Amino acid sequence: MLEIFGDQSLIESIPRFATPLLLAALGGALCERAGVFNIALEGLMLTGAFAAVAGAFFGGSSLAGLISAVVAGMAVSLIFAEFHLRRGGDAIVISIAINLLALGLTTYLLRAIFGVMGVFSDPAIAGLGKVHMPLIGAIPIIGPLINDQSPLFYIAVAAVPALQIFFMRHRLGLRIRAAGENPSGLAAGGVNPTSVKAKALLASGALCGLAGAQLSIANVNLFVEGMSAGRGWIAVVAVLLSRGRPLPLFLIVVIFGTVESLSFRVQGLGMPQQFTDMMPYAVTLFVLILLSWMHRKAR
Amino acid sequence: MRSAWSAILRLDPLASLGSAALILLFLFLFLLGTDASIGDAISGFFRGAFGGRRLAYLFATLQRTALIAGMAIAVMLSFRAGLFNIGGEGQLVAGGVVAALVALSFPGPPLVVMLATIVAAMAAGAAWALLAGLLQLFAGVPLLIGSLLLNYPIRFLASYLVAHPFRDVPSGMVQSHLIASEVWLPRIPGTRLDVGILIIAAVALAAIIYSHFTVHGYRCRLNGLSPDFARISGLPTTRLTLETLAMSGAVAGLVGAIAVLGLHHRYIDGMLVQPLYAWTGVIAVLLVGMVPWAVPFSGFFFAAILTGSAGMERAAGIPKEIGFIFQAVIILIVAGRVSGKLFQPAGENSAGAGNA
Repeated sequence: MLEIFGDQSLIESIPRFATPLLLAALGGALCERAGVFNIALEGLMLTGAFAAVAGAFFGGSSLAGLISAVVAGMAVSLIFAEFHLRRGGDAIVISIAINLLALGLTTYLLRAIFGVMGVFSDPAIAGLGKVHMPLIGAIPIIGPLINDQSPLFYIAVAAVPALQIFFMRHRLGLRIRAAGENPSGLAAGGVNPTSVKAKALLASGALCGLAGAQLSIANVNLFVEGMSAGRGWIAVVAVLLSRGRPLPLFLIVVIFGTVESLSFRVQGLGMPQQFTDMMPYAVTLFVLILLSWMHRKAR
Repeated sequence: MRSAWSAILRLDPLASLGSAALILLFLFLFLLGTDASIGDAISGFFRGAFGGRRLAYLFATLQRTALIAGMAIAVMLSFRAGLFNIGGEGQLVAGGVVAALVALSFPGPPLVVMLATIVAAMAAGAAWALLAGLLQLFAGVPLLIGSLLLNYPIRFLASYLVAHPFRDVPSGMVQSHLIASEVWLPRIPGTRLDVGILIIAAVALAAIIYSHFTVHGYRCRLNGLSPDFARISGLPTTRLTLETLAMSGAVAGLVGAIAVLGLHHRYIDGMLVQPLYAWTGVIAVLLVGMVPWAVPFSGFFFAAILTGSAGMERAAGIPKEIGFIFQAVIILIVAGRVSGKLFQPAGENSAGAGNA
């Protein structure tokens, strides 16, 4: 069983599983720092996955798919902003409604637009290609990890330090943190915290849209009902554990992504699919328990 | 009962009317988006929810009401105690799959088997909810996250059980064998309904009495509204939390048993997850601001939306999933009005973003 750790295809698959988690978790981190308890990542991601397939199918290019995923993610997060920030609904309640809305809307549109139930796959869906870099592929272990991946992987990885710098140096990043930590102070400084929070929500919608696109037009080339399958919740866990700090968040996502790709590999070794499907959630819970135990011990 | 009336009185009638108009406008726009005739759709909706030959569809709505209202009561018990247990789905599945396995595996007089099945299902639901509670109390995993993450393992475990060891292989479907008909919940004479809805009605009554008139119910509500005050008053908050969760999970498990013994007579993979019973239960509770006596009505309302949407599909060819969209739109629009204030302490308490 242990030899699969050195397996080339396992290493190649880690970024495929980690990228959607990372993109969604970065979006969640923006909201966490802005003081918006956004647990609708699951729904935003699912919307993005559907929109990416629809965009790539009708637009005829993967770029159209990406744009459509970003726009759809932002549109749904705008609904979140309207009902949470302007009309004062509780963030948890609104999140539950958004998750339900995304599930209903994507299933409904799947039938209304494509006339199918369950799965839509068509050769006309333009998938995202892979970015091939010469020479790099020859480096052992690192090579397969960072070569020939979807463009979204590089965007996601680059977004980690970018977000760190954004929070530390950029004016809007500082305002987002202020909106989370001391909104009345921000208001006293002449900045409307609500509009700052809305911007964070919009950005998280865009990132979750990309996360969905990675699921539907990069990892595979089809849309399945409810295909986010709880990944949005694992992203929420990563956000809570890292408290929205990009670098710890990256490490946590790498752990979760590795487990997910490992469980996918073990399936090939004859373990029933249901048990391998369980692994990411079991490991997520295990990591939560472990970290809180270490936290307590340190105190 | 006073809290219930004040919750309603707090609603400004004009604003409520505005919300209702807004909801109707949204629904109308959705219908316009389809190429079906509006008249067909609307009449199909009402026939699908309340009509049919010998009221068949009305009974379908009531059947669904029982399951949704049951799940709503389950989560309400937690919510009112300030516990954000959104793992109802896992507790429901645990109850359902255990009910099927117990009913299939144990021989005995039918009535004994039936009762044993129901008790086992309730115990399974309670155990799954307690697990989430233990994770929060002793491992620092926020209940909101822990209860939700626990939905997935049990879903896969149940799927495995009916896909491999307990599968009805000749049927070709991923499902357990059919339970012997003597163990099924009996039908109410003259209807197509099983007695499950009566059981749920009794549970609803018990929940109303419990919430308003018992010491335990009062203490749990206190714990929900102000955990610090409850602790300082010397209430055993840890025990209250676990007891509440066990109760909540037991009701969810009971709903699973009713779905198995009354409706499907076996466990079919996805039968409790696909119709979103648990999530519909959550929003049915949120819609009425966690007021116990209003919960069955709101359960009926949401059940009618779903069976009505199925009627709309038959009459006008509109995919029935539009029902889930309706539900989400309704809860979005009323969220700011009904649940905002009630939720603040509960949300901060159990969400506990930074605790992990």
